[in-house]
Amino acid sequence: MLLPLAALTVTSFGEGWSGFWDAVTAPVALASLRVTVAVSAVVALVNAVMGTLIAWVLVRDDFRGKRVVNALIDLPFALPTIVASIVLLSLYGPNSPVGIHLNATQPGLLVALAFVTLPFVVRSVQPVLIEADREVEEAAASLGASNWTTFRRVVLPTLAPAVIGGTGLAFARAIGEYGSVVLIGGNIPRKTQVASQYIQQQIEIDRPVNAAAVSVALLAIAFVTLFVLRVLAGRSQRREEDSA
Amino acid sequence: MITVTGARKNYGDFAALDDVTLDIPAGTLTALLGPSGSGKSTLLRSIAGLERLDAGSIVIGGRDVTGVAPQKRGIGFVFQHYAAFKHMTVRDNVAFGLSIRKRPKAEIAKKVDDLLEIVGLDGFQHRYPAQLSGGQRQRMALARALAVDPEVLLLDEPFGALDAKVRADLRQWLRRLHDEVHVTTVLVTHDQEEALDVADRIAVLNKGRIEQVGDPVSLYDRPANDFVMSFLGSVARLGGQLVRPHDIALERNRDRAVAADALTGTAGGVVESVVERVVRLGFEVRIDLRADSGQRFAAQVTRGQADVLGLQVGETVYARATHGPDAYELDPALAI
Repeated sequence: MLLPLAALTVTSFGEGWSGFWDAVTAPVALASLRVTVAVSAVVALVNAVMGTLIAWVLVRDDFRGKRVVNALIDLPFALPTIVASIVLLSLYGPNSPVGIHLNATQPGLLVALAFVTLPFVVRSVQPVLIEADREVEEAAASLGASNWTTFRRVVLPTLAPAVIGGTGLAFARAIGEYGSVVLIGGNIPRKTQVASQYIQQQIEIDRPVNAAAVSVALLAIAFVTLFVLRVLAGRSQRREEDSA
Repeated sequence: MITVTGARKNYGDFAALDDVTLDIPAGTLTALLGPSGSGKSTLLRSIAGLERLDAGSIVIGGRDVTGVAPQKRGIGFVFQHYAAFKHMTVRDNVAFGLSIRKRPKAEIAKKVDDLLEIVGLDGFQHRYPAQLSGGQRQRMALARALAVDPEVLLLDEPFGALDAKVRADLRQWLRRLHDEVHVTTVLVTHDQEEALDVADRIAVLNKGRIEQVGDPVSLYDRPANDFVMSFLGSVARLGGQLVRPHDIALERNRDRAVAADALTGTAGGVVESVVERVVRLGFEVRIDLRADSGQRFAAQVTRGQADVLGLQVGETVYARATHGPDAYELDPALAI
């Protein structure tokens, strides 16, 4: 696992520190990184909310077809991402049957990334919610807490580590995503070109140092994000563990 | 004062509450006692509003709360497994009810400190529930429930998850607390000893119905039926009737046994039995016997009586009830 990462890093610094810096801060490269991080952050936040909501409905509500929906959640994991892209293109592309045209727009990227990263939050929150002690919520209710207050002050804090963890994974996955955005994204530099597409492009025009440099930048962002979230999640969890 | 009238609750075909009517006087500590599946927890949870009744009504302090949400019933509820807010400190747990009522900070702090002192947890303010023992967690849960000045305090098997020693201590402690605080308290338990120990009044439930309500002494001495008798305290079957083991007298001489029985006159008569085992339990001695009918039962005598009798395994002895159900002042009015 470390070997390819090391090789990548070595390549990215093939022209020294300034070569690396120039490659990352080249306007188009920087723009692609900015688009990637911004869209991924929005996607991660949307997933944090929607994923928690879906997990809640799947655990707490009973409705017809619940098992089917539960199974469908994993579809984005199972589906080759390029297939997702085709599906989204046919749904929101130029010949959209629903009249929504997201082809080559940032909302298009958003939809694509939200689709492929949906399962992360759902699947990390679901087991925690299943294990959650319902009596704790009843206790809050008996003390006068409304449903919303109970959710906010009692349920959410126990879900927080799982939500944060799932959101971090969704974000990390989103910034590296290629297949699902390749068709619907449009690959317009400075607008909808994401970092992974920029890297692909640089390889095609034979600039491996640029490609490797942006890759390392992506890697660093992903690593820092996961690390920070890990610390955050750890902090909220540690309090519940026995430290006596 | 809590009044439950005609309460019914079904889970599918199973009747958890079958037309339950019960008055719980203000300021008492009442135990709902029964085996598992008797409906005692369902009744408590219905009073709390955590279960909806299929039929019947619940009045707390003169206010009909049958359709009222648990938030607005003015109750405090304590769960068997503590239901602690694990991510909050002891202080925040106890303050929860007050802080969502948006009380001034100083008032909350004072009240929480007072309560923690009452439950013996002062100095634990900044601990998390995971850092407390089971008994401490339950006392925290009690303080949390009391913080909102509930009209009634409802305890669902509060000591069920604790070991025997802590159980007994907390039981005494709860009784003293109740004598200080005087809040109308309902305690669910399956442990007859616990009920006899702490409660002013006991309601015995079986199969979703109330078998008998009364103070511990009258329930023990004047059980309305065999179920109440065998659920509260131990019983032996002697000559077809249920008798408390300590109400069995043993005689070595048959004629003396018959003569004595003629005086006290219970329906069981004198039963010829063989001693199978003599067990010394400190002050008490339990004598396991087998009647000539093959029925096994145990008699409980004091050490002094056992020494006088000097019974050995295999010896024949004549048993009679000194205080059978017929001799009890059976009070049909107590049966519901």
